[in-house]
Amino acid sequence: MSDTHAQSVAYVRDTFIAEQAPPTREAGAVKWLRENLFSSIPYTILTLLALFVIWQLLSGFLPWLFGGVWTADSIRGCREVLDGARGGCFAVLTERWNQLLFGFSYPSSQYWRPTLALVLLFVAVAPVLFPDLPRKLLIVTLLYPFTAYWLIWGGTILVPLVALLGVVVGYVAFTYAERRGFAIGLLAAVAAAAVVWWMGGLAAENGQFLLRLTPVQSRDMGGFMLNMILGTVCVSLSLPFGILLALGRQSKLPIIKILCVAFIEFVRGVPLITLLFVANVVLAYFLPPGTNFDLILRVIIMITMFASAYIAEVIRGGLAALPRGQYEAADSLGLDYAQAMRLIILPQALKISIPGIVNVAVGLFKDTTLVSIISMFDVVGMIRGPILASTDWNGVYWELYGFAALLFFVTCYGISQYSQWLERKLATDNR
Amino acid sequence: MTSVPDSQSDGSGGFRPSMLLNDTRYRGLTFQFVALVLIIFLVGWLGMNLVSNLAAAGLNISYDFLDEPAGYDINQALIDYSSRSTHLRAALVGVINTLLVAVLGCITATIIGVTAGVLRLSKNWLVARLMSVYVEAFRNVPVLIWILAIGTVVTVSGANPREFLTRGGAVEPNSELILGAFALTNRGFYAPSVLLGPGWIAVLAALVGGIVGALLWRRHVRQTLFKHGKLLPGWPAWAILVLPALVVQLVLTPVSLSMPDVASNNFNIQGGTLIGKPLIALWLALSVYTGAFIAENVRAGILSVSRGQTEAAAALGLRPRRIMNLVVLPQALRVIIPPLISQYLNLTKNSSLAIAVGYADITATLGGITLNQTGRAIESVLLLMLFYLVISLSISAVMNVYNASVALKER
Amino acid sequence: MHRSTFYGVLAATALTAGAAGAATVDDVKERGKLNCGVSTGLTGFSAPNASGDWEGFDVAVCRAVAAAVLGDPNAVEFVPTTGKTRFTSLSSGEIDMLARNTTWTFSRDNDLKFEFAGVNYYDGQGFMVPTGLGVTSAKDLDGATVCVQTGTTTELNLADFFRKNNISYEPVPIETNAEALQQYTAGACDAYTTDASGLAANRATLENPSEHVILPEIISKEPLGPLVRHGDNEWGDIVRWTLNALIAAEEYGVTSANVADMASAPGDSPEINRMLGTEGNLGEMIGLDADWAANAIAAGGNYGELFAKNIGEDTPIGLSRGLNAQWTEGGLLYSPPFR
Repeated sequence: MSDTHAQSVAYVRDTFIAEQAPPTREAGAVKWLRENLFSSIPYTILTLLALFVIWQLLSGFLPWLFGGVWTADSIRGCREVLDGARGGCFAVLTERWNQLLFGFSYPSSQYWRPTLALVLLFVAVAPVLFPDLPRKLLIVTLLYPFTAYWLIWGGTILVPLVALLGVVVGYVAFTYAERRGFAIGLLAAVAAAAVVWWMGGLAAENGQFLLRLTPVQSRDMGGFMLNMILGTVCVSLSLPFGILLALGRQSKLPIIKILCVAFIEFVRGVPLITLLFVANVVLAYFLPPGTNFDLILRVIIMITMFASAYIAEVIRGGLAALPRGQYEAADSLGLDYAQAMRLIILPQALKISIPGIVNVAVGLFKDTTLVSIISMFDVVGMIRGPILASTDWNGVYWELYGFAALLFFVTCYGISQYSQWLERKLATDNR
Repeated sequence: MTSVPDSQSDGSGGFRPSMLLNDTRYRGLTFQFVALVLIIFLVGWLGMNLVSNLAAAGLNISYDFLDEPAGYDINQALIDYSSRSTHLRAALVGVINTLLVAVLGCITATIIGVTAGVLRLSKNWLVARLMSVYVEAFRNVPVLIWILAIGTVVTVSGANPREFLTRGGAVEPNSELILGAFALTNRGFYAPSVLLGPGWIAVLAALVGGIVGALLWRRHVRQTLFKHGKLLPGWPAWAILVLPALVVQLVLTPVSLSMPDVASNNFNIQGGTLIGKPLIALWLALSVYTGAFIAENVRAGILSVSRGQTEAAAALGLRPRRIMNLVVLPQALRVIIPPLISQYLNLTKNSSLAIAVGYADITATLGGITLNQTGRAIESVLLLMLFYLVISLSISAVMNVYNASVALKER
Repeated sequence: MHRSTFYGVLAATALTAGAAGAATVDDVKERGKLNCGVSTGLTGFSAPNASGDWEGFDVAVCRAVAAAVLGDPNAVEFVPTTGKTRFTSLSSGEIDMLARNTTWTFSRDNDLKFEFAGVNYYDGQGFMVPTGLGVTSAKDLDGATVCVQTGTTTELNLADFFRKNNISYEPVPIETNAEALQQYTAGACDAYTTDASGLAANRATLENPSEHVILPEIISKEPLGPLVRHGDNEWGDIVRWTLNALIAAEEYGVTSANVADMASAPGDSPEINRMLGTEGNLGEMIGLDADWAANAIAAGGNYGELFAKNIGEDTPIGLSRGLNAQWTEGGLLYSPPFR
């Protein structure tokens, strides 16, 4: 067949041309460069500009980084070693490492406790962040606040244990009383928990020495640990408040709605630093004479208020994004408000809101550095206060700020990458 | 809800207390009443504590301190201010400074943000990566650290003004002013100041006339294009804009420039206009920080316009620039603007960290030095919060109006 | 009121009761700790060292008071305060006393309702300039840019000085001392002004101290001292006389080395005997143990020892006694008699 064909249609080739390499300008690195960097004259200019910027940045940064001094006892020591050469004085980081991470008054023999708490934090948040993990791990999450409190603040284990017991008893009371209505259930839960805490409080006072860790005062917390504590505590506390505020703002009850709107708009309208001023210089006047919250607690209250308002707005967005049919379906099933919210609306609204909540959390975590302005020694406070004020290290700036920036970058970038991963995952789920 | 016949109240017509909790018609009222009582109780309790605490300490709440001389100097004031001025005036200087840096910052942050956002979508791999690095670096590090770092950069990078000084001709300066008028130093940027002589109103009037004329020309161009299909050149608009004012200025010379003076003082360049280093540092820091966030908003906005829109516009034969201006941007803006305004709000609120670089904004004057000197903590902090609240609420109001207008167009 | 509900979560962090106003000394004794407000970091006066212990001249006053009241110089909780927060912390009862190089002024005494317990350091505001500027007097600073730390009386004095001499200047307000120094060394300001003691301390930390000079003018009076709230005279007396005991101890030659010896039995000097409690009942009068003053002196030494150890000529700060010498040596330190 091929023979006849070959004779009648002579101009048709009967063999393939051997595969040839593409022209050099259309292959490999050259093609990539041409398409991505030098595709037109303006792009070429842009590329050259970008190369120049990168060169400028690196030529300043790399010698400084690699020529750095890692062991010296003061900035004068660094200057001696460098002897006019270019390089960073990273010795400050090695010498003040513990102060940067834990503050200057956390007992050094106890550093393992906050470190362990940090490791446990990863274990505890994992099941929340990754839905594929076994659900039983959530128990670790529930136990975590109590464990972390005991590890970081120390004292007898009875205190967190009693707190945990109160929560458990409250939950049991709630499940029993809920059939008489959500409000009654809540009331029963609070009452039961209060009774347990009151009795447990007496017990804890008597059992001061049971499984006792060296107690550490809150004002001894400092360094990056303080940022982590403030960030985690305030974000977790602000979630329930944020949900309540969002529901209140969406509520049909005018007084509740007005109260919630006023609170949210007020808190979102002022900078965090003014709220911290309130915590620091004003709040003491509004508490009963004689009581004295310590500063960290006042700051936690204020940052939690701040974060709640922002989270409430995010969740409100989630609530508004739910199709009306969901609300109507819940109504048609005869669910009351509490049931509808708890079983139908919130699980969906919260799921949509997670990326927004993560953004708020990242912003909030960064904002914890503002406490340095009100005389708390977080990592920035340690740098601006004791470290730069000491005669040994006065004059070292870039190394310290760079280190603090790096700590925040690693944490926040990690969280935001997670958020993006989650967004992609949620987006495919919906298709 | 009200149309549902209620069997409980039908027959008896009575009202039982348990209905307050179990009947949906009354339960709302109960909750609101309880909430109101709780709030009133809380506010009353705080107020009582305040009164008794102040009484115990022998203090009072009084705003009289605002009328007393402040006693301190401020380095950058747009209105007349000296150390004999009152605390109120110092606060006013702070307010103006806050608004100044906020407005300047919003403008530059928008420029930086839009540029970075567009470039991040660019097909140029290197530039897109570089912009990603910029955005991530600034988004993931606290603004306070950036303000401190950029403050340090500005401090160590400029030349000392003494380099420019001649000290009355006694010494040869190491550097010359650029064009005899500008100098970038580590204390700020020196530029000529504008002196308004008699007749400057004529220049202003000519300028306004020029603007009106230019707008009229553009309208004329547009109308001829639509009516006759003929595209007139655009450059006469610029001529109409500039020429009248220029002529008046050349004839009457009412407006003159005052150059920075390098001869009269031993420490600083005198005269001219000084944009102080604290302002530059804060302005720069807030701009690049907020710019990173705006870049993300812009990118999301552009990506939100579906590809079909671009392709349809291309199919109609529009040129790429027109596609961007007439099709993509108007649609992207609706997505970009609401988060953009909240970024402006954030920038304004972040400007409260001004004292970290020594800029005298409202937090540094009223909430800083005045508070320190008078010890009037409650009063100062209240005023401070009130100021920020007013700004935020007005911006939110503007945003709500915008959102409403956009929502109408949507249908 | 919500003690029981709060208990589980907040027990260790919250609600340390310390009634403001009434009987501070009883609160301190009950608590077993003295809450003392100090600065967040001023080398020589109060700053945590590398191992995290507070050190300095102001800190020593806190320790002496703790030793006098509680018998233990380490029974002190140091509360770091900023210029902004120090007065609120004191008047709200968060701290029992403030030892934070605070200037004794009329309005702080009468308007803010505080009681200054005396003066532990006589200071005055000065200027530091680079030698290269060729400035020899503060009055030559016409047109100069001056760095000034906010939150102190410094910026008021500065404004007054330039106004009085009818010369102009450009202030640069800075939040922390370290940052002010950074601006100064970078040449962003021509002069740095703060208390002369602080200038000396700062000059010592510079790369080339000899290239900087402290100008001769002292433009203000800055009597720095510990202060307490108005209205609790017993507590005020305790702080005042603890400070006086430190000053008198130097005058009478009682040191940390020999105080135990001298307090064990009455010696020749009746005044020392009364002060150290081996004679008379001064301790009872002030509501403390008889050996209160001996404890205070033993805590860190007498005034002279504290000065030499923290800010004296052998330290990096290198201050001479100057005005802060005993009255017998031409200074201003003059303790009222112990009788």
